[in-house]
Amino acid sequence: MSEVILEVRDLVKHFPIRQGIVFKRTIGQIKAVDGVSLDLHKGETLGIVGESGCGKSTLAKLLMNLEKPTSGEVRYQGRDVLRLNPADQRRLRRNIQLVMQDPYTSLNPRMTVGDIVGEPFEIHPEVAPKGERRRKVQELLDVVGLNPEHINRYPHQFSGGQRQRIGIARALALKPEVIVCDEPVSALDVSIQAQVMNLLDQLQNEFNLSYIFIAHDLSVVRHIADRVGVMYLGKMVEVGTDDDIYIRPTHPYTQALLSAVPVPDPTARQRKAVIRLEGDVPSPANPPSGCRFRTRCWKAQEICATEPPLLQIRPTSGHPSACHFAQERDVVHAG
Amino acid sequence: MSSPEVATPTAEAAPMPVTPAVVESAPKKDKPRSLWTDAWYELRRKPLFVISAIMITIFVLMAAFPSLFSSVDPQAADLNRSLTPPDFGSWFQFGKQGQFGFDLQGKDIYARTIYGARASIVVGLSAVLGNMLLGGTFGILSGYLGGWTDTLLARFGDIFLGLPFVLGALVILSTFAPVQDSPSALRITSLVIMTFIALGWPSFARIMRAAVLSTKQLDYVHAAQALGARPGRVIFRHVLPNAIAPMVVVGTITLGGYIGAEATLSFLGVGLREPVVSWGIMIGDGRNYMETAPYIMAFPAAFLAIAVLSFVMLGDAVRDALDPKLR
Repeated sequence: MSEVILEVRDLVKHFPIRQGIVFKRTIGQIKAVDGVSLDLHKGETLGIVGESGCGKSTLAKLLMNLEKPTSGEVRYQGRDVLRLNPADQRRLRRNIQLVMQDPYTSLNPRMTVGDIVGEPFEIHPEVAPKGERRRKVQELLDVVGLNPEHINRYPHQFSGGQRQRIGIARALALKPEVIVCDEPVSALDVSIQAQVMNLLDQLQNEFNLSYIFIAHDLSVVRHIADRVGVMYLGKMVEVGTDDDIYIRPTHPYTQALLSAVPVPDPTARQRKAVIRLEGDVPSPANPPSGCRFRTRCWKAQEICATEPPLLQIRPTSGHPSACHFAQERDVVHAG
Repeated sequence: MSSPEVATPTAEAAPMPVTPAVVESAPKKDKPRSLWTDAWYELRRKPLFVISAIMITIFVLMAAFPSLFSSVDPQAADLNRSLTPPDFGSWFQFGKQGQFGFDLQGKDIYARTIYGARASIVVGLSAVLGNMLLGGTFGILSGYLGGWTDTLLARFGDIFLGLPFVLGALVILSTFAPVQDSPSALRITSLVIMTFIALGWPSFARIMRAAVLSTKQLDYVHAAQALGARPGRVIFRHVLPNAIAPMVVVGTITLGGYIGAEATLSFLGVGLREPVVSWGIMIGDGRNYMETAPYIMAFPAAFLAIAVLSFVMLGDAVRDALDPKLR
């Protein structure tokens, strides 16, 4: 495998719950991200899936340095991003870029497309001299499949898919090595989703980009990701190649997630075993002891309440899985 | 929102559109404008806006070039003409005097009413602009920075907000310019303006703070921060242009209120006073002759009412045009 470009070690983000008007007391912690570790290799796509509220977007914000982590480190090419001085951090920002979820709110409505895509050059003037910027912006629009002549239009004159392309062009402007995609297609129609994902795919080959692709749609992630991490309540529960996760899942939560994916074939649907999870996701302010999934897990035993399972390769699991009773089970093709 | 192709993930590879502008184009052709342009198109079709805009243009012209409307010196007093009633026959005839009659000292009421517009407009506009600048700055600071800055500024503003407006203005003005004094025109005008700003900025700061709080959470602000933009750029390029509309609307409405408040304070004797010509002073002068010479008070009062109404109507129209929820 190629070199590791981004390393995340034990990243923790707790949001304090405060009460009071002038003198605020901290009465608890929302454990949004609680000890996540991952490696991103050059040129690969790491998919991160999980249901709403499991900390995916907080993880993206932490990677982008938009939120300060409570503890843990993010290392980019071996250097700890969080301990750099501000000037180095700004330079580093050029190499890690973000594509946001909602193309309707991620573009400033009062700026033209040219200004939006050209803003990275204004923030980092050393990248492109002033005279070249307009041409560079037009090139970028062309790269993402937009008409370069639309440079003076406003975002509301574009459709959702086109807006997302503008967002991608903005992220590409500084020629980054890593792009964090925070649910980049979940706000789009299915047909447009495919177009945008194919664009991301094509750009990856063209510019040798590495993606962290956050989504809650398993089929989307399978289409684009080389490796997949599954998150539950702020923790990574299973990591593996897409075949590991989709064909040989070993964590019960992953199996339950996969079994919930709709199957287009009606005869296969009848044979499919659906794993129904009971209850709701526990509050991240007060997560269960031991394994966080135990309250909804059909395999839960006493050990699950006392000992948090580590994310590691187990005798019954060829890839890292955080379950004491990890067991391979092909849910998608079960018949 | 889940595509059902999990079993055959490769089947969804739709061909890359060559010209996505055609493939994805939504029916947006009827709206190729920005918010402000949109508001302008909306405004032009509103009779309320057109009428108030015309009235305000006339008042502003009056304030800037009073000699366009009257060639008579508003300070020229001739006791022979004292308390002459209005001469309705001389209306619309340039160079004539006494269209609105003459006051106790024989000064031309029409000329004074025209020249009085300047004081009202200058005080109203400067007070609102000053409020926007001061309140807006504090609002941006407390909204964007949050934390202790926010708490301190909010409490500090509450001190001023707690004072009833007229009482506060009376206290400030009677301290710095006692009723028996006769300060210069510049001094008393700036004093009145500063009083309005001192008492008015907290409400502007609150409006700005609220708008900034909601704007700074938007994704494009995070996107700019993720690009490495410094706070100054984030505030001036992204937050301010998207958060200023509510303050503009309130400013326009307040402008009318301030013109009225200026007249109130002049009437009470603590605001503008001679040698400044203002509607409030004229109304105050006329109150003793309400029954014998009602025209002394009636004409400046009518101008005052129309000016205030015009600004309030303009503010209403601007608010409707800028607020997409009311469309």
